[in-house]
Amino acid sequence: MSAPTFDLGALHGGLRLPAHKSVSTSQPVYEVPVSKEFILPLTQHAGAASQPVVDIGDRVLRGQVIAQADGELGVPIHAPTSGTVTALEERPVISRYGETAPCIVIESDGQDDAWPQENRIDYKAQQPADLLARIVEGGIVGLGGAAFPTAQKLLQARSVGIEFLILNGVECEPFISCDDALMREHAMEIVRGAQILMHALQLDTCFIAVESDKPAALQQLGTAVASTGDERIALRQIPTIYPSGGEDQLVQLLTNRQVPSGGLPGDVGCLVQNVGTAAAVHDCIVKGAALVSRITTITGDGVATPQNVRARIGTPIADIVAAAGGYKGEPKHLVIGGPMTGKSITSDAAPLVKSSNCILVLSEAPESGRELPCIRCGDCAAVCPIVLQPQQLLWYANADNESKLRETGLLDCIECGCCDLACPSHIPLTASFRKAKNRIRELADEKARAERARQRFEARNERLEREQQERDAELARQKNSAKTAGADAIAEILKRKQREGRSK
Amino acid sequence: MKFERRAAPFWSSQNSVAGMMLQVLAALIPGALAHVWFFGPGLIFNLLVAGIFAIAGEAFMMWIRGRSPATALKDYSALVMAVLLAFALPSLTPWWVTATGALFGVIVAKHLYGGLGFNIFNPAMAGYVVILVAFPAQLNLWVAPRMGDIDYQTLSVLQTLLYTLTGNLPAALDFDAVSRATPLDMMKTGLNNMATTAEIRANALMGDFGGRGWEWIGNFLGIGGIYLMLKKIIRWQIPAGVGLGLLGPATVMYLLDPGSNPGPTFHLFAGATILGAFFIATDPVSAATSPKGRFIYGLGIGFLTYCIRTWGSYADGIAFAVLLMNMAVPAIDYLTRPNIVGHAIRDSRHE
Repeated sequence: MSAPTFDLGALHGGLRLPAHKSVSTSQPVYEVPVSKEFILPLTQHAGAASQPVVDIGDRVLRGQVIAQADGELGVPIHAPTSGTVTALEERPVISRYGETAPCIVIESDGQDDAWPQENRIDYKAQQPADLLARIVEGGIVGLGGAAFPTAQKLLQARSVGIEFLILNGVECEPFISCDDALMREHAMEIVRGAQILMHALQLDTCFIAVESDKPAALQQLGTAVASTGDERIALRQIPTIYPSGGEDQLVQLLTNRQVPSGGLPGDVGCLVQNVGTAAAVHDCIVKGAALVSRITTITGDGVATPQNVRARIGTPIADIVAAAGGYKGEPKHLVIGGPMTGKSITSDAAPLVKSSNCILVLSEAPESGRELPCIRCGDCAAVCPIVLQPQQLLWYANADNESKLRETGLLDCIECGCCDLACPSHIPLTASFRKAKNRIRELADEKARAERARQRFEARNERLEREQQERDAELARQKNSAKTAGADAIAEILKRKQREGRSK
Repeated sequence: MKFERRAAPFWSSQNSVAGMMLQVLAALIPGALAHVWFFGPGLIFNLLVAGIFAIAGEAFMMWIRGRSPATALKDYSALVMAVLLAFALPSLTPWWVTATGALFGVIVAKHLYGGLGFNIFNPAMAGYVVILVAFPAQLNLWVAPRMGDIDYQTLSVLQTLLYTLTGNLPAALDFDAVSRATPLDMMKTGLNNMATTAEIRANALMGDFGGRGWEWIGNFLGIGGIYLMLKKIIRWQIPAGVGLGLLGPATVMYLLDPGSNPGPTFHLFAGATILGAFFIATDPVSAATSPKGRFIYGLGIGFLTYCIRTWGSYADGIAFAVLLMNMAVPAIDYLTRPNIVGHAIRDSRHE
C-alpha cells in the first residue's frame, strides 16, 4: 500500500531565517574521544528521575544500566564507557533541569569495555509490547529536544489509535544540523527504524519529512527507501520556513489537520518522532545497543571548527568544545539548542544529555535595540505560526490578567521566538510569555494548595462537630438511662464510687 | 569557563520603530516636492514650525514625566506627527495656528494618554481638528495651484515666510487675490447652489479627476504609500478599506444621479483621501491591529468621510472620520480576533 497524498497545509507566518548550517555540515561526523570523566544526570527525560543502581567504587561497563526507570514515564540510564563510579552528587547541568542536579559521575578506565550485548532479534517476530519493553530498556527518549520517553509515547499513540507515523527530519532552527548529518550518513538506519516503529504500532503509513534546504539528506533517504522497496514509507519535502519542524506545525503541514489546543498529534491520528529517535530505536532493537551516544552540532562564531560530532552521553561540554578545536576568542554565551529556542548555561562543566542536539557558542550578545513601548504594528501577529496576537497577549501579560491570557491563547504559544525577531520595539515577547505561563502554573498550584487546605479545614471542622454531637448524644443517653434505671442502678453507682474512694 | 545567561531567542529584531518612522518620512518626500511645486514653499515653513513645536512638546512632556527626552526623540514619532499635520494644513498658515495643533497633538493626544503606543487618538488628526475648529478662517486659505493658465498671484519665499510669522499678507495683496477654494469646497458650495457636477467641474481649477495640482500631489503620495506597502511598513488592509468605504458609496450615488454626486475618481483625487488612506489611517498605535479589523477600520473611515463630505458641514472629513474610528478600535479588535490554530477543534469538542 502506498502512502496517501495530502495537499500541504499552509503554516501561518513563520520566518525565513539565515541558516548558518553549512559551517557545520562540510565535514563528516567526528567521533569525540572518550573523556576522562562522565557526568550522567538522573533526569534526562520528561518523567521522574531514574534511580541509581550502582554505588561509589563500582566498576561499570559501556551499556550497563547504572540507573533504573522510576514510574510510568521513567527510562534507565546506561554507562557511556567502562570505568569506576566516583561520585553520586549534585553537578552543574543544563538549565532545563535547574542549575545543578543529582548525577552519577564515572571515571573512565580507558578500556571502553562493553557490557555483554543482548542477542539480536528479528523485530518482525516480536510482539509489539515486547518491542516497547525493549525500547524502554534501551533508555531511548525523543532526541529532537523534548526528551519524552519514546516507548511511552508509542504506547499513548497506540491507545488513541493513529493513522500516520511522521519522522521529523525538518530541523528548521538555524545552526542545528545534527539530524541533517544523521540523515546523510545513516539514512538506512532511519528507514529501518521507521519499519520497526510501524511494526510496533501496527501502522502502514509513514512520512519522513525533510526541509527543502537539505538536498543531500533527501537524496540519501530517497535511495534508502527505494532500496527497501517499502511502499508504506513516503518522503516529503517541507518548505524551509521556521518553525515548520515544530511537532504540531509539521502535522499541520503534512496532513492539513490542526492539533487541537492543549492536545497531542495523536488526537488527529499522528505520531511524530525525530529521525534520530528512529535511528536509536533501530540500533536498540537490531544491534541491541542502548542509547549511550548521540550526534550533536557544535557550532557558532565562538568555536574554532564548527562541525557535527558523535559524543557519549555525559561527556562534559568543555571536552566537546575541545574536540572542535576549542573556543575562539572570549565567547559570551553558551547555548544548548539553537538560537531561537535554546537555553543558555553558565558553565561548560555541564554534560551532554540525551536531548542536547546543539551546542552553540556565541562570541557576542546580539545587539538588541532599546526596548520601546508596543506600537501595535501587528508584525508579531503576522509571523506567529499559531495565529496568536502577541501585541494583545503582551498587554494582558503586563496586567497579569489570567482569564484574558487563557482566552487569547497564551497556553498555545510554542515559544518559537518569531515575534521577538519581528518586533520593531525590541520587546522580549517570548520571555514575557514564558514568565506569564509560569505565573499561571504557579497560580494553579497555589489554587490547588489552597483548595486542599480548605478541604482539610472543613473536614476537621466537620469531624469536631460530629464528635461534639456524639458526645452530647452520649451524655443525654447516660442522663436518660440514669433517670429511668431505678434503685438498682443507683446502688451500683454508689458502690463504684466507694470502691474508687478506697483505692485512692 | 563561565558564560553569561540570557533568554532565548539569541537573535534580535532587525526592525526598529525609528526605522519605520524614517521610512514613512522618506515615503512622503515625493508628495512634499509636488506640494511645494504646486502650492509654493509654505509647506516647508509649516513643517519647520510643526516639527519644532512637536519636538519641543515631546521633550517637555518626557521631562515632566521624569523620563529621558532623548529616548523619545530618537524614535522620530513626534516628527512624523508634525509632518502629517503640516501636510493637512494650507500652505499659508500662521505659525501660532500650526504650533497649537502640534502642541495639542503631542501633549494632549499623545502624552496625556501615556505617550508612544498608548494614545487612543491619532495625534496629528487630533491636533488638526482642534485648530480646524479654533481657527476656521486661517484653515480655509488655500492658494491657487501653480498652473500656467490659472490667474493667480504668487507669494515669494520671503512673503510666505512673513505671512507664516505674522499672519499678514503684503500690503499690495489681499486674501481674495491669492486664495482659491479647494476642489471639495467648490463642489460643496456649487451643489448647495444647485449647480450640477458637470458645471462645477468646468471650472479651470478642476483637473482630470480632482483639482488641478491636487491630483498630482495625490499621485506622488500614492507612490510613497505603495513603497510603504512593499516595505511592509503598512499593510494593504487599511488603505483598501478606506478606498472601498469611500469609493463604494461614491460610485453607487454617482451611478444613481451623476448630476448631483461627484464620481469616485473625484473623491479619490480631491482632498486628503490618498494622504489619509496611506499615511494617516495607517498610524498603527491608534488603528485596529488584526488584519480583518484593519479592513473594517479602514472601511469605517472611508464611509464616514463620504458621509461628512456629502452631508456634513465640512468639505473634507478624513480627520473626523479617523478620530471617530479611533474610538471604535477596542470594539473592532475584540470582535475580529483571528482564529487561533487548534482552537476551533477544541471549542467544537467542548460543545
